[in-house]
Amino acid sequence: MPHIALPPGLPGIRGAMAFRPETARPLNALVEILLTGPSTLTRGERELIATYVSSRNCTHYCHSIHGAVAAAHLGGDEALVKQVKTDFTQANISPKLKALLIIAGKVQQDGKLVTAADVQAARVLGATDLEIHDTVLIAAAFCMYNRYVDGLGTDQPDDEALYRERGRRVARDGYVTVSEEYLATHAHAAAH
Amino acid sequence: MPHIDLPDGFPGISAGFTFRPETAKPMRQLAHILLHEPNSLSPGERELIATYVSSRNNCHFCQSSHGAAAACHLGDATVVNQVKTDFLSAPISDKLKSLLIIAGKVQQDGKLVSSADVQAARNLGATDLEIHDTVLIAAAFCMYNRYVDGLGTWQPSNPEMYAQMGRHLADEGYLAPSIKQPVEQALSAS
Repeated sequence: MPHIALPPGLPGIRGAMAFRPETARPLNALVEILLTGPSTLTRGERELIATYVSSRNCTHYCHSIHGAVAAAHLGGDEALVKQVKTDFTQANISPKLKALLIIAGKVQQDGKLVTAADVQAARVLGATDLEIHDTVLIAAAFCMYNRYVDGLGTDQPDDEALYRERGRRVARDGYVTVSEEYLATHAHAAAH
Repeated sequence: MPHIDLPDGFPGISAGFTFRPETAKPMRQLAHILLHEPNSLSPGERELIATYVSSRNNCHFCQSSHGAAAACHLGDATVVNQVKTDFLSAPISDKLKSLLIIAGKVQQDGKLVSSADVQAARNLGATDLEIHDTVLIAAAFCMYNRYVDGLGTWQPSNPEMYAQMGRHLADEGYLAPSIKQPVEQALSAS
């Protein structure tokens, strides 16, 4: 039961975004650039960072949907996504991505925990300044999205099939396009 | 010393924004809507929520710049310090105190917000939109604070720089940079 009167039938962040379309637009624009925009990190890698941070924040909706988007980008490899959530050091991902996940995990706790040695380790494995910047910002941004979703007491369903289906659509169409349907539907309903 | 090659002389978030203008744009828009655009919570009240959360996250740059913006809006710097140290005894409304309780829980973990916290705010006159915006301001500053700290940005201690920034933020909002060029040596000495 959400803490405020969110529009029904829209789980997780979608209900919150439909409640306040003005803030939904920059929130969607930011996630679109970070996770789908041009980058030397693949979309799968960036979704894994978002999934890992959301999992550490124990936000069921976010780690489920971003895990599903990550799996869609990674050839449907849900086992890999689970492995990153439980122990990424053992996962079949690049050493560079592991170094970036260490940075992301520290940002999730407190940005001040990131050390020069953490950054140097990532750089030695080939990470660029832009990749390090985006890792920090993805981790920071998911500390926002996670708290937004949890702090409003949004509905966070357990149904894995729901996330899998939506994850495929987000992987194909991106965040802004997918958001337009519920932002527009809600605005349409409100106008009547 | 920043962790990556950020532009020299740009303090705090202005360095991250200058380094990556693509992500700066929606981050500025979000802050502008939440803190500056018309709302039934005054800009001073919303800046106090941002300052309080940034203070709990120990982010020097954010609590100083938003504290300065709050002081400009409220014409009172003392209340800003009281909100940081013990908001329950600060001369602010009971409604704002109940919203700061919610913001403080979001700062830790959104799941800590209880229906009793929300009901208490509602009994003191808070609307659903005010509760929504309080949760999102608190959540957003958990992002801005981590971004500023996680890049190891330069966070000067000079109060005069923050006072100038605070005036710009209070007057103009967040769409245009408050730091347009590298901060001079005289201001950066700290």
